[in-house]
Amino acid sequence: MPNRSFFWFFLPAGLAMILFIGLPIISTGIQSFYAQHDQILVEVKKCDPFGCKVSVVVDQEATSKIKDEKPLGKFNGFGTYIDRNHLAVDQVSEFWGESKSIGDFINKVGNLPFYKALVFTLTYCVFVTPCVLLLGFIIALSLNAISRKIRGPLIFGTILPMIVTPLVGSLVLFWMIDAEGIIGANLQMLMNDPYLSLKSSKTLMWITIIIYGVWHHSPFAFVVFYAALQTVPQEPLEASIIDGASRFQRVKHIVLPHIYPVVTFVALISLMDNFRVFEPIIGFSAEGSAQSLSWLIYDNLVNEEVILFGSAAATSIMTIIGISIILAPVLIRTWREFKTNR
Amino acid sequence: MDYGLDKKSNSLKTSNTIFIVIWLLIACFPFIWTFWGSFKVRADFFSRADWWYAITAFNTLIETGAKFTTEAYSGAWFEGEFWKASRNTVIVTISVVSISLFLGTLGAYALSRSTKNYAFWLLIIALIFRAMPHITLVSGYLFPFFQLQIWGILPTTIVVLVAINQPFTLWLLYSFFKTVPKELDESALIDGCSYFQTFRHIIMPVMWPGVITAGLFSLMLAYNDFTVTALLLNQENHTMVPKIQSYLGTNQHEGNLMWAVSSVVSATAPLFILVMFFQRQIISGLTAGAIKG
Amino acid sequence: MKKILIALTFLLFGTYASADCNIKSGSINILANDFPALRTLVETASECKGKADFKVTHSAEHNKIAVPALTANPSEFSVRVAANSSIVPLMNADLIRPMNDLVKKYGKGIQDSQLITIDGKVMAVAFMANTQHLYVRTDVLKENGISIPKTYEEVVAASEKIRAAGKMKYPYAAAYKAGWNLAEEFVNMYIGHGGEFFQAGSAKPNINNAKGVATLNMLKKLADLSNPDYLTHDSEAIKVEWESGNVAIMTLWASRSGTLLDDDGDAKITAATKLVAPATVGGGNIPAATLWWDGFTLAKNRSDADAEASFRAMAHAASSKEMVAKAADQAVWLVEGFVPGPKSVGVIEAVKMGAKPYPMLPQMGLMHGALGSEIVEFLQGNESAEQALKDVEAAYMTKAKEQGFL
Repeated sequence: MPNRSFFWFFLPAGLAMILFIGLPIISTGIQSFYAQHDQILVEVKKCDPFGCKVSVVVDQEATSKIKDEKPLGKFNGFGTYIDRNHLAVDQVSEFWGESKSIGDFINKVGNLPFYKALVFTLTYCVFVTPCVLLLGFIIALSLNAISRKIRGPLIFGTILPMIVTPLVGSLVLFWMIDAEGIIGANLQMLMNDPYLSLKSSKTLMWITIIIYGVWHHSPFAFVVFYAALQTVPQEPLEASIIDGASRFQRVKHIVLPHIYPVVTFVALISLMDNFRVFEPIIGFSAEGSAQSLSWLIYDNLVNEEVILFGSAAATSIMTIIGISIILAPVLIRTWREFKTNR
Repeated sequence: MDYGLDKKSNSLKTSNTIFIVIWLLIACFPFIWTFWGSFKVRADFFSRADWWYAITAFNTLIETGAKFTTEAYSGAWFEGEFWKASRNTVIVTISVVSISLFLGTLGAYALSRSTKNYAFWLLIIALIFRAMPHITLVSGYLFPFFQLQIWGILPTTIVVLVAINQPFTLWLLYSFFKTVPKELDESALIDGCSYFQTFRHIIMPVMWPGVITAGLFSLMLAYNDFTVTALLLNQENHTMVPKIQSYLGTNQHEGNLMWAVSSVVSATAPLFILVMFFQRQIISGLTAGAIKG
Repeated sequence: MKKILIALTFLLFGTYASADCNIKSGSINILANDFPALRTLVETASECKGKADFKVTHSAEHNKIAVPALTANPSEFSVRVAANSSIVPLMNADLIRPMNDLVKKYGKGIQDSQLITIDGKVMAVAFMANTQHLYVRTDVLKENGISIPKTYEEVVAASEKIRAAGKMKYPYAAAYKAGWNLAEEFVNMYIGHGGEFFQAGSAKPNINNAKGVATLNMLKKLADLSNPDYLTHDSEAIKVEWESGNVAIMTLWASRSGTLLDDDGDAKITAATKLVAPATVGGGNIPAATLWWDGFTLAKNRSDADAEASFRAMAHAASSKEMVAKAADQAVWLVEGFVPGPKSVGVIEAVKMGAKPYPMLPQMGLMHGALGSEIVEFLQGNESAEQALKDVEAAYMTKAKEQGFL
């Protein structure tokens, strides 16, 4: 397609993306290099319905003078990136020096917010992504063998976990897994342990969130795989049945190679979504035992009265970089395909 | 069609059926539980004394005199003004789906027909754009939108949702257009059609399956989005999800949980109808589209 | 102090000041949190709108929206309903206007005690109050021969006794959900111990001391008497625990008392539920609780005419006797004419005992955030109290440096 036509075709989509994603990313990137101005504090008398007290406020006159000079804030370089709440370069090297063993060192580093979140995020990605792919594929294979007449409702049932608003979906689940809830209480009975509670232990909470992740994302993999299965050519399959290949062999040698490109697509999208895991942490009130990178951003932007935009910006940029690194192998493969296909 | 399954093997059939039944139970159970519970009072559905209350309707019987109550529904829809929110959701969803498909088909078609390197890089950039956490994006929008006085209105939210959704739509439709044979439009171009004419007369008639699949995913996003709608809409324009959030209450103040539960059930019903209606198209669309990855 | 008690308890008399509802122009747009008392207030304000354009957004996300909304010029909202914590970012960024003139001109019905003044400038007008205090099950206490606890040490002893009697496994409950709630409990307990969060006159943290350690140890003792899921329990969860009869002593918001005393649910539990004063701790005489107010502020980046119209409408609501009479059980109103009911006991007692308000400091939000995530490890038993407090200070300092406070 000539450049000119390409331009006009792509313009509307490109414009929307540049305006609403590209520019914000650039401005986020810039902001991550700045810190707020020095705030001059003065002591004044404050009165409210419960009495008066002398305490500090921001001196507006003095502060606004500084603000007018440099509206962006003070340049901080990579300061925000390497501070304690992010990469914590100083603390990590300090721990390295004072730790007696590797285990001790890892323990101390794991206590820093960013690394704590990173460990959970990666664990979640590593467990959820393959499970989603596998479960989605098995469900697709299995549904594909069911009579066509009843497939409609079955498909709807299968994708329900994906379409119920996560906000309330996880709220209901939160109550169900409570020690007194339907799932929690039955688990206690099943395990014969009246003190078992999914919410009180860190490990169990992680497992719960991971299972929720698999449950919530599998339908997406299912939909795509199921569709791909419809295009598997019949002749080689029939031939292989005659040759006496087992079901497993057929899936491995004929079905899988055929839908391989779709597997890449699903893996790419789910890896990316899993790296941004966030909703189940809020939904299950799991902040105490599990924190993810996206949760850190949310915490900086929403949870506190003072919005920490610089901090959130730095974490966001690192999230993008993290996703790019994880996706790199897939991207390189796509590039090769692109080269050969044209 | 039953390529994977030997028609003779009964044991395989049985185990397959068992697997599907178990999976459907796991997939649907929370929703069925929610649906059932939405006809109870809070003390039963959210009981810490005994989950069995939700089945026996112990408190529902005491409080309303019957085993089932539709109080949660009437409360949410009328007192809680859920009807207003659902009207807004319909507007947002329809607009987001149609606009994002319009932009997406044009862009993806161009990407799929370009052999230049920049087309690849545009796809990669789109993918990286998708990696940006939504909450950071939306926080960045707030100030400019307030300054331009376009905060709170539906069109702003619609445009933002379209833009946020564009990378995914582009990727999905790109892989779909890749499966449409190039010869089709090349012959039209040789006949003297412009690219727009080719798109209009040759591509549009064959692209519906792919478009419907992309539409389904756009619809989910627009329908279920929380971050964008909760922060960019004013009260008059709140869609269903922020409305449900407002029923949940805050630290210091009590919410109305049963309203939230009944709203969730109400919000899922139209999706059920849509999926049932479009299921064949969704599947065939994906068939044609996603296969080339 | 007397002033407040008068406001809270007696004021049935006094002149009825009907706000002048003759607003001729201007536009009013209110941003507020979303709960019934605020909806009532806003509805009352809208009675007075006259010819002004009247809009409102109740949103659970109000905190997130407020600063950008009021920074824009002209700002989207002319009124922001805030509390002692959420007014801080607005003052830090200089986004709200002093309303001394307006109070003088149109604030006839507003009592002096309702005014929030900073250095003599009226920055907000409060209309309701809140705090956390103890709820007790009188039947369970009586059965075990326990008198109503006055200190947290007594709470611990009582809970242990109830547990030992085999009556309840987890007799105590408080909202210890990691994050904001847990930090709030720390703030309460630390203030109860007489602690100061910052060195005087600066933003340097001051919690890694004996009082901080005592606070953490007390929180841990109480947590051990709570349901093991305590780190996921917010106000809603512990309220339900209470209604299910699993808990005998609880620390909860006064504003949450509503459904605990209504007819729904187990009548026996409702009858035995008693709201009492907040407890003290560590031999101190001020309660381990913070007082909160909700009030309205006016945006700076809005025309004077809009500010005037907005103030008049809001002042009408913030001084409306009909409203507080009609909605007496929705909140503890600070408005003249409010007759406190049984639900207001906790707040009134807290005020009597000299409870402190939640610190209205520019950097307090950062401290609150650092507390919410860094003391969790201590409660889980993975960390010493000193280490946890050191972590809090380190996390706070990093944030405060980024925000320019240090």
